Amino acid sequence: MKVLVTVKEVATVEDDFEISGTEIEDTYLDYDLNEWDDYAVEEGVQLAEAGDDVEVVAVTIGPERAEETIRMALAKGADRAVRVWDDAIEDVELLDVETKARLLGAVVEDEDPDLVLSGVQANDDSFGATGVALAEDVGFAWAAVVNALDTETVLDEGVASVHRELEGGVEELTDVELPAVLTIQTGINEPRYASLRGIRQAQSKEIKPQSLDDLGLDAGVVESSLDITAMYEPETESEAQYFEGDAGEQAGALADVLRDKGVVGE
Amino acid sequence: MSDVLAVADHRRGDLRDVSLELLTAGRELADASGGDLHAAVISGDTDGFAEKLNREGVDAIHTVDNGEEFNHDVYVQAVEALVTDLDAEFLVTPNSVNGLDYAPAVASRLGRPYVSDAVGLDYDDGTLEVTREMYGSKVETTVEVDDGPFVVSIRGAEWPAAGDIGDAEVSAFDVDIDEDAIRSTVNGFEEVGGGDVDISEADFLVSIGRGIEEEENIELIEELAEVTGATLSSSRPIVDNGWLPKNRQVGQSGKQVTPDVYLAIGISGAVQHVAGMKGAETIVAINTDPNAPIFDIADYGIVGDLFDVVPELIEAFGGDPPSV
Repeated sequence: MKVLVTVKEVATVEDDFEISGTEIEDTYLDYDLNEWDDYAVEEGVQLAEAGDDVEVVAVTIGPERAEETIRMALAKGADRAVRVWDDAIEDVELLDVETKARLLGAVVEDEDPDLVLSGVQANDDSFGATGVALAEDVGFAWAAVVNALDTETVLDEGVASVHRELEGGVEELTDVELPAVLTIQTGINEPRYASLRGIRQAQSKEIKPQSLDDLGLDAGVVESSLDITAMYEPETESEAQYFEGDAGEQAGALADVLRDKGVVGE
Repeated sequence: MSDVLAVADHRRGDLRDVSLELLTAGRELADASGGDLHAAVISGDTDGFAEKLNREGVDAIHTVDNGEEFNHDVYVQAVEALVTDLDAEFLVTPNSVNGLDYAPAVASRLGRPYVSDAVGLDYDDGTLEVTREMYGSKVETTVEVDDGPFVVSIRGAEWPAAGDIGDAEVSAFDVDIDEDAIRSTVNGFEEVGGGDVDISEADFLVSIGRGIEEEENIELIEELAEVTGATLSSSRPIVDNGWLPKNRQVGQSGKQVTPDVYLAIGISGAVQHVAGMKGAETIVAINTDPNAPIFDIADYGIVGDLFDVVPELIEAFGGDPPSV
């Protein structure tokens, strides 16, 4: 069985930052593995540990810098990786879900996995749509926002029995036929830290670069009618009364408010 | 054509609030483009739902009868058929968990870009401008789509619910659902988050978020809750980490709470969290980041380090802060 895990290197923004044009200036950005994808990697590795002969392949769309991030997935137990990049991709914002789905779709066609695990969303642009669009493009079944997966039915019956996390503390129990794409919600498992041994082993694992040409795609695939035309800090709407002073004075003022509201049982 | 199609959200017999908000957003687009507003409801008690969706500004309501509950394989087929049949220029869906489960696939089938989680929409002269957040609400962006049909999902509670009773024509929409294309089966539902305490009943909640940093540090907040008689709750990451049980989680996927006082400690105030606690009578926030969105809805704020402020607060109530 083969499990493909999509991973994305995302930028997180420092508390203070500056915007230049329609981008945040690079000095205020830190790059890391997308939080949701960390859970997807863990779920894939747990499947590999539970089954015989399960290969876990991580796939990313990203520049060479992203190899550092994808190596984290390898250090945590993915067997090998594919990195899609091309000069033609470098020039676009890569915002359009359909573009990402087509690029990843070409890798799916190539790798022919039984299961694709993808984070529900990315912390940067938060479209929350790539996994489902990918499933539609490659003709796989899917389930979005999965927070429990029965490993046994995946390995033994070719069915993903999942819980979908709906709003308000309700979960939907759903069976999905394989091959399928599942979008993975945080909290589904406890992502491991990479061990020193894992980090060492990851150095010798393959990260296969794939250009548009390698994937049999032409440059038209990255064309999009979607464009970011403005970026700005939202206006603060705070009408809060702030307690000033040192921590003791702030705490004292807050204590007075809490007593005043009559909620503190003394 | 310049018509708008809004697809309602329902679950286990209830129309979800966002459905009526979709009608408001849809009406605005229809006004801007000079088209009609169509609403659609798929599966479940479609007649009952159609009655609730019949609000002023809705021109037509289409019902698709197929099973009781949401199934994305049914929705994808029905919505694609509706968009095609109506020749709709705009498809507006909720940015709900079920919306996330079908709208990207419909957009993909239509060969159109999908823009999710809109907090503002503006249409002018063939171009749709979508306002949406990035980087965990740190920035807002304008995303322009220059060609229809447009597929967009809206965030809940950003548009007011459509109000007065309308006189839209309700009709059954006939679509042949290909049963072979249904590859997922919904077997039931499970309520989670029961257990020892019901945070939605508490008058005073002390709630912690990522700012607590380590599991061991929760002891500090437990002591604060103890000395003030408060109930302990949290934002999602604390539960994801397994530091507190699911029944303590406030937010969209957890509990909705309406205490007299909600004290948010080290919680940035992501939209999913705010959805669960904005109904609190008084909101107090302690956070190191003065720009944290939690301060936008707070009545009282302390910009400071919880590890400095909370021990002082415990002492102010005669307690003995644990060293963490």
